[in-house]
Amino acid sequence: MIRLDDVTKLYPSQGRPALDHVSLEIDKAEFVFLVGASGSGKSTLLRLILREERATDGQVYVAGKDIARLSNWKVPQLRRQIGTVFQDFRLLPNKTVLENVAFALEVTGRPSHLVAKVVPEVIELVGLAGKEDRYPGELSGGEQQRVAVARAFVNRPSILIADEPTGNLDPHTSVGIMKLLDRINRTGTTVVMATHDADIVDQMRRRVIELELGHLVRDQARGVYGYAR
Amino acid sequence: MRISLVLSEAATGLRRNLTMTVAAVLVISIALALLGTANLIRQQINEMQKFWLGKVEVSLFLCRDIDSDRATCPDGAVTDAQRIQIQQDLQELPQVSEVFYESKQDAFERFQEQFASSEIADNISADDLQESFRAKLADPENDYNEVASAFEGRPGVENVVDMRSFFDTVFNVLNGFQVGALGVAFVALIATVLLIVVVIRVAAFSRRRETSIMRLVGASNLYIQLPFLLEGAFAGLVGGLLACGALIVGKYLLIDRLFRESFAFNEASWIDWGHVLTTCGIVMAIGLLVSIVVSYLTLLKYLRV
Repeated sequence: MIRLDDVTKLYPSQGRPALDHVSLEIDKAEFVFLVGASGSGKSTLLRLILREERATDGQVYVAGKDIARLSNWKVPQLRRQIGTVFQDFRLLPNKTVLENVAFALEVTGRPSHLVAKVVPEVIELVGLAGKEDRYPGELSGGEQQRVAVARAFVNRPSILIADEPTGNLDPHTSVGIMKLLDRINRTGTTVVMATHDADIVDQMRRRVIELELGHLVRDQARGVYGYAR
Repeated sequence: MRISLVLSEAATGLRRNLTMTVAAVLVISIALALLGTANLIRQQINEMQKFWLGKVEVSLFLCRDIDSDRATCPDGAVTDAQRIQIQQDLQELPQVSEVFYESKQDAFERFQEQFASSEIADNISADDLQESFRAKLADPENDYNEVASAFEGRPGVENVVDMRSFFDTVFNVLNGFQVGALGVAFVALIATVLLIVVVIRVAAFSRRRETSIMRLVGASNLYIQLPFLLEGAFAGLVGGLLACGALIVGKYLLIDRLFRESFAFNEASWIDWGHVLTTCGIVMAIGLLVSIVVSYLTLLKYLRV
């Protein structure tokens, strides 16, 4: 589903590459934790998959396509196949839960009858049934993140990218979000999650990819957060 | 793509950014109105030249008895021999296509007609007026000086008058206005461009959350950019409409109400509504084009897609 071939990413203003000759492959329906200290290259890797950045060297394949060769006007098609969740939720404060989730469908031109049908289903899936008309400011952090997950998933993407989705949440709430991501993973969606949360990684026992200063230093099938613990 | 959503996004953008948009609209309309004015003045000059150049004449006014105190008429009234000689010489000049003679009596009749309602007409006799030759020129653009110099200072000729010298003054004044209008229009256009850049930049900044989410969920580039382009186009369109309105009102008030009554020019020498409407079209097209292009270029810089 995602393949990196000897990928190097060098930002113009920095001497050290953010990613240095990284190769890896993530299969369909896999659940992968991406761990490493701040500045290790996790976010850069996610941005490469989304084609927010282009690799300086090497190839990135997403859903079988070399995304460097994707013309600019086809990039939106790629992004429709990838849902994204962030640490800071990125909801629109002046839209309700329902509108926030519907937004993702509306701006990609889906017909309104589809929106009316799909959005309540997804809101129910993330456990927010009954809170459709609340505004993000009226929700707890965990609930806001559920809205963000619903928005990321409402397009039924084949890949879900989560950049520290539990970074702003307490441990108990984080477990809830992880269960949700696990459920989404079980529908056949590939999940790539960058995280610093050792407890979660240790509990879930999924594949762990560790980056250190831009190098891939560990790729473990049922890994834990770090050896050194 | 859902047009209604794009339109509502554009409308929201306009509402949020109202003061700046109004400023942009006003400056655009000033720039465009001045551009249109310059264009109309140019057409006015063309019209006048087209109409008058064919009719330009050189007039040779002949000496009267009472002109003996003038330097050009030391011998008093023109003699018959002088008059015949002048007429012959005029007709032989290759630059002259036609020669008319206006006697004192002809001049008197024309005078009576022009000032029919005035008391002056009653106090003037035919002898007070000058007889004259009117020479039509084959090539009025170039031949005036030659014809004039050939007869200036000749015995019996009191004065040589060319209508062109009058029109040259008019055209020079109009040209001055045209250049002035173009100059100010140019400055206003620069201000317009800068204002549109700011409007679009502020709009892009105030909607950066929405656009970043649109980008992430895979909205097409056009879908993301269109509301901003519409905002710019709207400013251009409204500015163009205001400029058009100004041109129409200006043509009505200045030409139809003021000039046409103050100057006794023939109808055909004034610009008509056709000219104004064409200029309106040009001005609106320029307004739309400038605002859309500037908006787009600004987006390339300030809105990532």
